[in-house]
Amino acid sequence: MSRIFRITVSHSILIWGVLLMIVPLWLVFASSTHSNSFIYNEGMQWKIGGEFFDNYDRVLNRKGGFTKEITASGIFYNSFIMAFGIASLSVFVSMMAAYSLVYFKTRFSTLFFWLIFVTLLVPLELRILPSYQIVSDLNLLNSYAGLILPLSASAIATFFFRQYYRSIPEELLEAAKLDGANSWKFFIDFLVPLSKTMIAAMFIFMFVYGYNQYLWPLIMTTSEKYWTVVMGLKMIYGGNSVDRYTYVILSLIPPVIIIVFLQRLFIQGLFQSK
Amino acid sequence: MSYLELENVTKIYPNGTKAVNETSLSINEGELMVFVGPSGCGKSTLLRMIAGLEDITGGEIKLDNRVINKVDPSERDVAMVFQNYALYPHMNVYKNLAYGLKNKGESKEEIEKKVNQVAELLEIKEFLLRKPGQLSGGQRQRVAMGRAIVRNPKAFLFDEPLSNLDAKLRGQVRIEIKKLQKQMDVTSVFVTHDQVEAMTLGDRLAVINEGVIEQVGSPIEVYEKPATYFVAEFIGTPQMNFINGKIHSNKFISDGFEFSINKDVKDQEVIFGIRPENLKVSANGSIKIKVDLIEKLGADSIIYGYDKSNNYLCYRENGNTKIKANEEISLEIDDENYHLFDQETKKRLN
Repeated sequence: MSRIFRITVSHSILIWGVLLMIVPLWLVFASSTHSNSFIYNEGMQWKIGGEFFDNYDRVLNRKGGFTKEITASGIFYNSFIMAFGIASLSVFVSMMAAYSLVYFKTRFSTLFFWLIFVTLLVPLELRILPSYQIVSDLNLLNSYAGLILPLSASAIATFFFRQYYRSIPEELLEAAKLDGANSWKFFIDFLVPLSKTMIAAMFIFMFVYGYNQYLWPLIMTTSEKYWTVVMGLKMIYGGNSVDRYTYVILSLIPPVIIIVFLQRLFIQGLFQSK
Repeated sequence: MSYLELENVTKIYPNGTKAVNETSLSINEGELMVFVGPSGCGKSTLLRMIAGLEDITGGEIKLDNRVINKVDPSERDVAMVFQNYALYPHMNVYKNLAYGLKNKGESKEEIEKKVNQVAELLEIKEFLLRKPGQLSGGQRQRVAMGRAIVRNPKAFLFDEPLSNLDAKLRGQVRIEIKKLQKQMDVTSVFVTHDQVEAMTLGDRLAVINEGVIEQVGSPIEVYEKPATYFVAEFIGTPQMNFINGKIHSNKFISDGFEFSINKDVKDQEVIFGIRPENLKVSANGSIKIKVDLIEKLGADSIIYGYDKSNNYLCYRENGNTKIKANEEISLEIDDENYHLFDQETKKRLN
């Protein structure tokens, strides 16, 4: 009796959670398949309408902005490149940084770590003018490199990798040393495969972080060719509700692809380490 | 013939702690030398210096006539078995064994041959494709051994490899290690704090205390003729009995009893030591104790009691003893097997 009760309670909490996540998404999706005037009169819809292809085709391929140089598909492409670049670079840089902090014990490695950690208190928004200055001096305005580089050093990822490396027993390094692994080999043959799970998690985290950027791309791009997702939502598709819904649904696709792809790795990593 | 040689080896940590102090020792080819001592005595540090995992502050380590002080660990031609095995968790057993060979640049066929040989020797062939996480403690232990053997090193170094196994398995593995070591005839150093392991495994023991080797010798030598008070105290369970007193004209005199010694020792303050099994009950024994506690272990009975001057003494008798608690018994000293130590220097006198 009490067992059934417990299961009922826990399952209803879970179901409630699932609904909380799914329902808004469904509403947006269902509404994106109706005509604009219908939505305008009737409000958001639960049922699928008949305008799916028209709406999605229009939103994906209509040239927007003032100079009509960019389409939504171009915007998604830009954002994907930016987020992918930020995620891969920051995972790579953080891993290397954490490796040197943990395994190359200098007198100042703790100090260095805290210096890196303190940069969490200085987010991009705070240092946006000097960052802009540097990127502009390097002639990287209106380029993917300019979008990616200033965001690709992550203190939080460094922190997570550092904590993880510290939990790896010292003997593993020693055994590897006796087996003839040098520092580089130890990194490639041990730390990288052992932190697969962590890499996947950090990659997802940093991808979403990069994908959601608004202020930085807004400031450092003057050419509409480099517009990104959040900017696009504001600048091109700010008016018409159905187009906005459609755009939102489409904008979900790149991060979902990344998550679906990496989740397999993530779960695999979880099971292998046991 | 000396094969692995330590000369005045010293280790001082940056914070000033002296872990190993001017230690010299020579280990013969094919010999199994056990470093035994309490935790923190520097035995592991010494082993790690041989392996190259710890810098050497002073002195010299030679392996097969080559000074290896500055040689990279992988080039020293030694293999180590770690306490927690340190198997590579993300590689299967085959890759664990092959990793060192691969780094040496050996060919695939060569590696496969060697790994298979070792796997056969250690009976781990059926686990070759499993990951360490899927193995039991004993199997992991074998893989760790295998990883050391497959490299065919000049010396094996064991850092308390049995301490993570349960008691029964530990006994089995101990025998296996001994057999393997003899079979392969590889010079080995085995670090342990467990004296049973030390006594059963070692061709010779080096008893280490506070960074200094107190005695080197065969297990029986160390047991029968401990060179210092520390060795006498450390080796043997139940512990040796110690009674403070003095020597006066070849007679040991304590508050509780007197005992004529059959060797010339000059008059001085001494510690008298006698092992529990070197006492026996006798009507006119010189030591009278009041029995406090009896432990019956089946094969032996251990009897504890206080003598007149409140020394807590221990006496071992075979089988199921008839002695009862609170009984007064007299114990006689075996006049071949007793030990005298200088109270100042703690060195053996007889």
